[in-house]
Amino acid sequence: MSSFVADRGMVNAQTVRAAAPMPDILPTASARGGLIGFCRRNPTIAFGGLLLLIMLCIAVFAPLLWTKDPTALAPALRTREPGARWWFGTDMLGRDVYSRVLYGARVSLLVGFSVAVLASAAGLFIGLVSGFIRSVDAVVMRIMDGMMSIPPILLAIALMALTRGSVQNVIIAITIAEIPRVSRLVRGVVLSLREQPYVEAAIASGTRTPRIIIRHILPNTLAPLTVQATYICAAAMITEAILSFIGAGTPPTIPSWGNIMAEGRALWQVKPYIVFFPAIFLSVTVLAVNLLGDGLRDALDPRMAKRL
Amino acid sequence: MWAYVLRRVLATIPVMAVVALFVFSLLYIAPGDPAAIIAGDQATPQDVERIRASLGLDRPYLVRFGAWLWDIVRGDLGTSIFTNLPVSHMIRQRIEPTLSLMVLTLILAVSIAVPMGVVAAWRQGTFIDRLVMGFAVLGFSVPVFVVGYLLAYIFALELDWFPVQGYTPIARGFGPWLNNLVLPAIALGGVYIALIARITRATMLEVLSQDYIRTARAKGAGQGNILFLHALKNAAVPIVTVIGIGIALLIGGAVVTESVFAIPGLGRLTVDAILRRDYPVIQGVVLLFSFIYVLVNLVIDLAYTLFDPRIRY
Repeated sequence: MSSFVADRGMVNAQTVRAAAPMPDILPTASARGGLIGFCRRNPTIAFGGLLLLIMLCIAVFAPLLWTKDPTALAPALRTREPGARWWFGTDMLGRDVYSRVLYGARVSLLVGFSVAVLASAAGLFIGLVSGFIRSVDAVVMRIMDGMMSIPPILLAIALMALTRGSVQNVIIAITIAEIPRVSRLVRGVVLSLREQPYVEAAIASGTRTPRIIIRHILPNTLAPLTVQATYICAAAMITEAILSFIGAGTPPTIPSWGNIMAEGRALWQVKPYIVFFPAIFLSVTVLAVNLLGDGLRDALDPRMAKRL
Repeated sequence: MWAYVLRRVLATIPVMAVVALFVFSLLYIAPGDPAAIIAGDQATPQDVERIRASLGLDRPYLVRFGAWLWDIVRGDLGTSIFTNLPVSHMIRQRIEPTLSLMVLTLILAVSIAVPMGVVAAWRQGTFIDRLVMGFAVLGFSVPVFVVGYLLAYIFALELDWFPVQGYTPIARGFGPWLNNLVLPAIALGGVYIALIARITRATMLEVLSQDYIRTARAKGAGQGNILFLHALKNAAVPIVTVIGIGIALLIGGAVVTESVFAIPGLGRLTVDAILRRDYPVIQGVVLLFSFIYVLVNLVIDLAYTLFDPRIRY
């Protein structure tokens, strides 16, 4: 029995290997076109994307979703249990947890998307330059090695300790902590592309370096970079929550999920819901982005899919 | 061999120098006046000047960097602005709980994650495989403090199996020490387990499709034998590499885990330092953790020969 299962496992592994060069995203003869067909072929992307879309709608339309002013104090009505009047209860200052959690989605998504875009852009630039210019490469990569030796959260903490707490500074701090990894990824792709015959042919036929980078290298870095950007977005949302939770993130006046949890911390043994509602929203949002990333990786970059 | 070891050890010196230079330069890169920010909103101009002088910001950049680096090489990490105690002294007081938590998490995570990844690869495509991969996605998505509060709520508050918070030094007995650390270690281990399980599964899939595995099967080797002796040994190098890289996750997570479970370690020290804007302490902790991280990965690099005799230096 066990050898039968094992043999099947081996056949599976081989079919996967044989099928790997053909990316899922190319429409096959049997696949249906349109949105439904795409979702059927990529259930992970569809599910992650849908969850993320719901979170986006919550963030954008927070004022319309039966929320109150998330910062309005009502000391007489503090720490009410979740119920018909306060769906997620109230915190120790009487603020409505439901409204705070919904508005908190804005901070998380803003930080996640901004860091993903900024870190990808900066990493793309650094990676392209150091992948193509040897003299820059040696220096830049030593700096990146050093930065990568500092655990990202600690680097962000150190940066935040030196600046005033604001959403903008949180975004900058997390972006700086994420840049080295993107640069390394892009540089690796560039170095392997440089050895490709079509790039050598372009160099041999006298194409100038900027043109080679833009026409031949850049388009090939976009697939792995997109996948990486989704993971950075997920990591940035967690880092923002951690920074706010330990008091090094967004100022306490802004309702972010990390802040709500930090405020609920003192009471969590008696009023656990103040901590758990933002925790659930944070986890679901990060899960959505991670699923989207996994799906994109399988669809866009089959080589990477095989590795992890 | 020894020439290689020496070369690798020497190669970490520039990396550490860059770490030191970067951490040092943060004071200058930061927008605004760090002395004023550290002093806080209610500070008098005299306070700001005092902090500026104690941070050495009134002296030229290179002069101060030289002096600072020389102090660090001699083991002097500076003086806390808030307590006026040497930072190295404060770190020494707080290091035991953090090291305990990290070592326990490491052991726990590796002994759970590697078998998980092996089984998932062996039963690729089955329900077990999907369960392991699903767990891995969850592990990446649920932040450490969420897992921490959930575990503490269920197993400490509701079931009363473990203490809710706190830490007992190992000197007061292994049992109480372990009892206090089980929940924090599981919470902290979540992401780490996910990471190791995924790389184990991926590497094992690669190895299991090799010809020598088919040969082992043909000669009648047992399933456990094939998986753990033939395959896992050949999959060891990438797995061990990821275990080393993942320690950065453990370090970052420890700061939060210690806050959730009120463990008086380096993470707690960092959080207190943030609230007091005690930058020398933060600087010291960041430097220490970065050096530990570089050293661990150096040791792992050197250990490759143990797993794969084909690697020769």
